[in-house]
Amino acid sequence: MMKAKVLVTPKQGILDPQGVAVQHAMSQLGMSCVTEARVGKVIELTFTGENEQKTREKLDQLCQELLSNPVVEDYHILWEGKTA
Amino acid sequence: MNNTLNTQDTFTTAARLGLTEHETQLVLQILGRNPTFTELGIFSVMWSEHCSYKCSKPLLKKFPTTGSSVIIKAGEENAGILDIGDGWAICFKIESHNHPSAIEPFQGAATGVGGIIRDIFTMGARPILLANSLRFGEIRGHNPQALHNRRLLAGVVAGIAHYGNCIGLPTVAGEVSFDPAYEGNPLVNVFCLGILRHQDIRLGRASGPGNPVIYVGAKTGRDGVAGASFASRDLTEDSKKDRPAVQVGDPFTEKLLLEACLELFQDAEAVVGIQDMGAAGLTCSTCETAARGNSGIEIELDLVPQRETDLDSFSIMLSESQERMLIIARKGHEDRVLNTFKKWDLDAAIIGTVTEDGLMRVNQHGTPVAEIPARRLTNEAPIYRLLAQPPASSTHIPPQPNLNNLELTAALGALLSSPTIASKRWIYRQFDHMVRLGTILSPGHDAAVIRIPIHEDSAESPAYKYIALSLDCNGHHCALDPYTGAQLAVYECARNLACTGARPIGLTDNLNFGNPHNPHVFWQLEQATEGIAQACIHLGIPVTGGNVSLYNQSPLGPIDPTPTVAIVGLIDDPSHITPSYFPTPELDIWLLGHPYGHLGGSQFAKEILGKKSGPCPQLNPEQELALHHLLRQLIAQGHIASAHDCSEGGLAVAIAECCFHPLHPVSAHCDLTCFLNPPAQTCSFAELLYNEFPTRVVISANQNNAQKILESAQAHHIPATKIGRTTPHDSPLTLQLANHKLTFDRAQLYSSWATALESIMQLQPTT
Amino acid sequence: MKWGIVRFPGSNCDQDLYHVIRYILGQKATYLWHKDTDLQNCDIIALPGGFSYGDYLRCGAIARFSPIMQEVLAHASRGGPIIGICNGFQVLCESQLLPGALIRNRTLHFVCQHVHLLGEGPALKQTKLYVPIAHGEGCYYNSPDGLKKLEYENQILLRYCSPQGTITEEDNPNGSLNNIAAICSPNRRIWGMMPHPERACEAALGSTDGLTLFRCFLQQISTA
Repeated sequence: MMKAKVLVTPKQGILDPQGVAVQHAMSQLGMSCVTEARVGKVIELTFTGENEQKTREKLDQLCQELLSNPVVEDYHILWEGKTA
Repeated sequence: MNNTLNTQDTFTTAARLGLTEHETQLVLQILGRNPTFTELGIFSVMWSEHCSYKCSKPLLKKFPTTGSSVIIKAGEENAGILDIGDGWAICFKIESHNHPSAIEPFQGAATGVGGIIRDIFTMGARPILLANSLRFGEIRGHNPQALHNRRLLAGVVAGIAHYGNCIGLPTVAGEVSFDPAYEGNPLVNVFCLGILRHQDIRLGRASGPGNPVIYVGAKTGRDGVAGASFASRDLTEDSKKDRPAVQVGDPFTEKLLLEACLELFQDAEAVVGIQDMGAAGLTCSTCETAARGNSGIEIELDLVPQRETDLDSFSIMLSESQERMLIIARKGHEDRVLNTFKKWDLDAAIIGTVTEDGLMRVNQHGTPVAEIPARRLTNEAPIYRLLAQPPASSTHIPPQPNLNNLELTAALGALLSSPTIASKRWIYRQFDHMVRLGTILSPGHDAAVIRIPIHEDSAESPAYKYIALSLDCNGHHCALDPYTGAQLAVYECARNLACTGARPIGLTDNLNFGNPHNPHVFWQLEQATEGIAQACIHLGIPVTGGNVSLYNQSPLGPIDPTPTVAIVGLIDDPSHITPSYFPTPELDIWLLGHPYGHLGGSQFAKEILGKKSGPCPQLNPEQELALHHLLRQLIAQGHIASAHDCSEGGLAVAIAECCFHPLHPVSAHCDLTCFLNPPAQTCSFAELLYNEFPTRVVISANQNNAQKILESAQAHHIPATKIGRTTPHDSPLTLQLANHKLTFDRAQLYSSWATALESIMQLQPTT
Repeated sequence: MKWGIVRFPGSNCDQDLYHVIRYILGQKATYLWHKDTDLQNCDIIALPGGFSYGDYLRCGAIARFSPIMQEVLAHASRGGPIIGICNGFQVLCESQLLPGALIRNRTLHFVCQHVHLLGEGPALKQTKLYVPIAHGEGCYYNSPDGLKKLEYENQILLRYCSPQGTITEEDNPNGSLNNIAAICSPNRRIWGMMPHPERACEAALGSTDGLTLFRCFLQQISTA
């Protein structure tokens, strides 16, 4: 079994109203040192362990086509290696 | 039966599940043996107030439930059904999700919406609209409580919006008010209405031994295990720890479930009975369908689609996972059912069969875990006649202000920007209130008016029915006098409908009260139900169903009694649909009804004088009914251009609101001098402007209709007084009282009313 | 003209659009199921509003990969006309049939209200319209270069404006760049819009300006 986390974040420069709201709230709650917050999403994936290279390539492709929208979002894949 | 508890464990476990010793004895008697853990769980949820109405049932019996248009009566099924003519019917109901919303406002409110929608389509109806009634504590201020209440409001509104918007139903009406009495225990009552043809009615009955029992929709998880009994306890500090008991809603799945069920219903043969899995989930749906069908039901839990492994039988039976239905199919039609759900990508599994022996038999891994006579479980819940005791009499002296002109002028602006009276646009703008192309009068009018398509697809042009809907309850009035307060709510709803040109045809109620074991609270419940019953009998409308929500209290005490009512009406001719706003300048403004009253129970007393005491406004039911007849007659004859009733804030607020059309506003000049110093009493300016007595409506009309209006009013014994003229929107709004003239900048008043809620919601806590 | 209205799981303005096309515009309409691969000889493809696939992941992201959309892409490549409303517009952007993206409203709230719109380009000229919007993610975004291209190619159809027709930040309900409410493809045959013209085709519902929008679309695709 293999696991990966895909982090999808708003592209730099895109207005992120959720991030602004979070930063604002944190500042109100005593963390005025927070100068920026960006809200994205995490997609946790679990794979069968077969054909690791092919899985990696296909995931990268689907990150661009499905899991993120390249117009407004960046993505980053965190591989968690083999477990069990 | 294996795995039964020993007698000592039975009683201790039962107590933990909320069953009293007496109820546990009854369980032993019904079973004739000791129960299993799962069986005790089943009894505890089915005998909770939420499912059994054990405390409120004797009071609900007073409600009129019959009438020539009633097709399905209150209490018989998931929701009542009323005939609207031409072979069509409507099905509607209101339900509360107060406690879940207090713990987790977004999901609590969202799943409340999901639940009431299922109640409607399980009857075979296509849901077409939503509405809601909400109560929160004080939201103004920088203190932590106000901040918390704002978070509750924001969360509840977002939750309702999330579910309703996604499933594609317009939220067309609602009412919201704010009072410290709801601190820690907000109220979230949601309403759904659906339409169907008479022959499409579906019942929640399991009949025909051998017929398959099919589970459809989302998989079962641990969500909301025992939510129904959770709803039947006081909210305490520990309630926050109950968080896992809150369910998560998935409107997307429900949309699919809705479309799949309606598609399946087009096959008249395939479905024998259907019931949604709401409170008490699989437990309630299996035993209630069996009891109604006068049969038994046997299911195997291993066949239930599950989201987690190792769910025990207790959790599966008591889970309140959302978006699930139980279908009793006709033997031989299983494939039709399974294929329909497959088309919509939903789980569907045959989990059991209808039996003859009247038992609800639940097996897991092939061994029985529960075996209970279904009818006895649903019909023999203990009924309690609780002690009712009126509170020591409170003050009956109405609050008396002594205000100068300047203070009176300022009071109008202050009232218009108080959250209870201010525009609710910040809220309803978040609700899709236009989808389905039916919304003719949208939120902001006295009642919502919706057109319902009743044409067949083959028709050349669309045909419609026109219905109106209003929800109301003034908890402040009910706290002062629950009988009159409840009556006022019913009549105000009916009056709102009359203002739009509709005649009422049925009512659904949501009784929100504190802990009924408190004799004062039970007295309030008794008084309020009596008030609703009498008002409905007088108006000639049936109660078609509803919901009782007790134990609405926090460590601060019980909420104000809040018997929320929703009335649905019919408009026979679309040309009768009448707006609340003054439509144009150069119209006469009239007051129908007399303007007098004291300030007891008014928003003026609460907001300006800081007093929530005094007598409740008085009601004259005969005059009220005459006013409704008069309004409908004038509307049908085309004599009036707008009608708006006086409610919170009284006459002055009503006049101002009439000038607040968002797109085409007008202003007004009114002279109320003729109302000063009526015979045999004195009437202060403040009383005249701000009292909240019922039975009064502000109308606008072309001056040519003056004679007709006077004649009709006289025939109905309703005073009709011409009080002013509408003027262009940029003229000041003026109220003349003898030689005192109160002058307001209309645009400024509008802006304080329109933006108040938004500004309050942007307040930040002080750090 | 025969319209094909695509039904994704979670579409909820499909029946509204059908009603308007059939009873108000008096044209033929049929539903196209998302799992189907046959456009049934429809001349115009309409992608309705709603929450296709629950709008999970991103609005319109999953709908793009449904079987019917592969046929819609082929229809587009043949120059076939398409109109996408609200969620349909989001699907068109996700499918890259229209440029840019629709992201969360600046206020973070879902917003349902009538808005004033100002038309531009050859089809809508300076037409002023009053049509409802209802969305949580309708903030139009495009890169600076993308925006320039849109302007240069005259692809902007509608902008949010004041009742008087001026384009102001105050009248921008969702934070859309340059107040953009609707755009079209370079060949002007694919239209995408956040406003719901189908909700403004009957006086009983408060406005008939949606009809103007549909007629301009029909005119445009018959001439272009």
